[in-house]
Amino acid sequence: MIEFNNVTKIYKKTFTAVKNVNLKIDKGEFIFIVGKSGAGKSTLIKLLLREISPSEGIITYNNQDINKIRKRSVAEYRRRIGFIFQDYRLLPKMTVYENIAFAMEMICCQAKNIRREVPLVLSMVGLSDKAKYYPDELSGGEQQRVAIARAIINKPETVIADEPTGNLDMETSKEIMKILTEINRRGTTVIMATHDREIVNQYQRRVVELKNGIVIRDIKAGGYSYESEED
Amino acid sequence: MNPKKISYIFRQAFKSMWRNRMMGFASIGSVSAVLIILGFVLILVLNINNMAMVAKETFDQIAVYIMEGVDDEQIEEMGNSFRKIDGVMGVAFQTKDYALEKVKEDWGEDAILLQDLRHNPFPNTYIVQLSDVSKADKVIAQLQTFEGVDKVRYYQDAVNTLIKLADFVKKFGAGIIIILLLISVFIISNTIKITVLSRQREIELMQYIGATNGYVRGPFILEGVMLGLLGSVLAILLIMLGYNYTIDYLAGRYVALISGMSGYLVGVEMVLYDLIIIFMTIGIGIGVLGSLVSLKKFLSI
Repeated sequence: MIEFNNVTKIYKKTFTAVKNVNLKIDKGEFIFIVGKSGAGKSTLIKLLLREISPSEGIITYNNQDINKIRKRSVAEYRRRIGFIFQDYRLLPKMTVYENIAFAMEMICCQAKNIRREVPLVLSMVGLSDKAKYYPDELSGGEQQRVAIARAIINKPETVIADEPTGNLDMETSKEIMKILTEINRRGTTVIMATHDREIVNQYQRRVVELKNGIVIRDIKAGGYSYESEED
Repeated sequence: MNPKKISYIFRQAFKSMWRNRMMGFASIGSVSAVLIILGFVLILVLNINNMAMVAKETFDQIAVYIMEGVDDEQIEEMGNSFRKIDGVMGVAFQTKDYALEKVKEDWGEDAILLQDLRHNPFPNTYIVQLSDVSKADKVIAQLQTFEGVDKVRYYQDAVNTLIKLADFVKKFGAGIIIILLLISVFIISNTIKITVLSRQREIELMQYIGATNGYVRGPFILEGVMLGLLGSVLAILLIMLGYNYTIDYLAGRYVALISGMSGYLVGVEMVLYDLIIIFMTIGIGIGVLGSLVSLKKFLSI
């Protein structure tokens, strides 16, 4: 479904962020992208979201070269991907309910559908009773669950999470992981960038490890690499 | 466009205009300033052109002033000679007394000013009617050769001067207006930039979610449009008040000296409709352009 074909990204003609990346991700996979900061994880995600374009190589999504998507159709492409940030990025002046409804409103969706869908997603992330709260009245874990609800409200084929547990303690991280695996179980592809060794080791899913912009390991099911032990 | 989207765009635009009102006033003011100067130039050019048009109607006549002291017989002779010049259709004589009477009549009440004149300053005049305007230059040259002819007045000179003046005002005005337009676009784009920056996180989020362009750009463009529109409304009001006042002032004060003023000046109601359309178009144009400049710079994800 997603293919990186010999992709290289060079910033400002001098800094090579990722180099000759070949990656094939099938529909329904759960994949960890690991590596130290600066290894190229974020660049990979930005490339996939078409925030930036590769210097060389081709990235295809459902066999379509995403860099050939016309500018005005990029928004449409992004709707097929739900994105989760490390820092949640909830809008502070909106309630939990409004934050999620906002994502639907931006795209289409009649009020009737919004009223039906938002409670369903809220119950899936276990926040039915917090619908009227504002983000700053929630804990970090709860905020991230709202962000996940927002990412999946439009039923994307793929969810990309960039260090979703980066700001959370172990206990809360596990709650987040439970929701992400549930989303994956229902058929959504999940791509998660992380350097949370414990989680990666615990889940034993596909792991792609990056070092200095190069894929140094890609295994079907495994733990965090030995290579990164020292960090 | 569904109503929900439209209401979203309006809500956001009004919200940020209010939040940002000082910059908003600056933007509106700059748009107004450009348009007022534009209006001033337009009205000036329009009036000069109008004067030229009115003057043109008397354009097939040449006035020949006759020197003091030329006797009636000589005057009569001159008339006969004028008639024989090629290109002259007819000749009419106007005595200096008639000229004075006519001025008195035109000035109305203010004619009292002329009472103390010790002698009549107006010359005896021949009005030479041209049969063909293109022969004007030749006729003038011949008229000037006659003895006893003081001055030859031909209206085309005045018309040409007016046309040249209008041309100058147009060019000079266009230069100023272009510079001011650029300044206005810059000021509006700065105002919009503040809004864009203050909502950057929200916009970024919208772009990640895949919001349509209308949602992302709509509020900013609408904000620009409204700033431009408000600026143009303000300019229209000020120009109309100012122009009306000027006409009244001139008419009230100098009615006698610029006799027939009403014929030379273009009335407010004649330009109002065109000005509204021109101003609003330009105002909105500046607003949209200012927004687009800002959006292009700051929305890149």
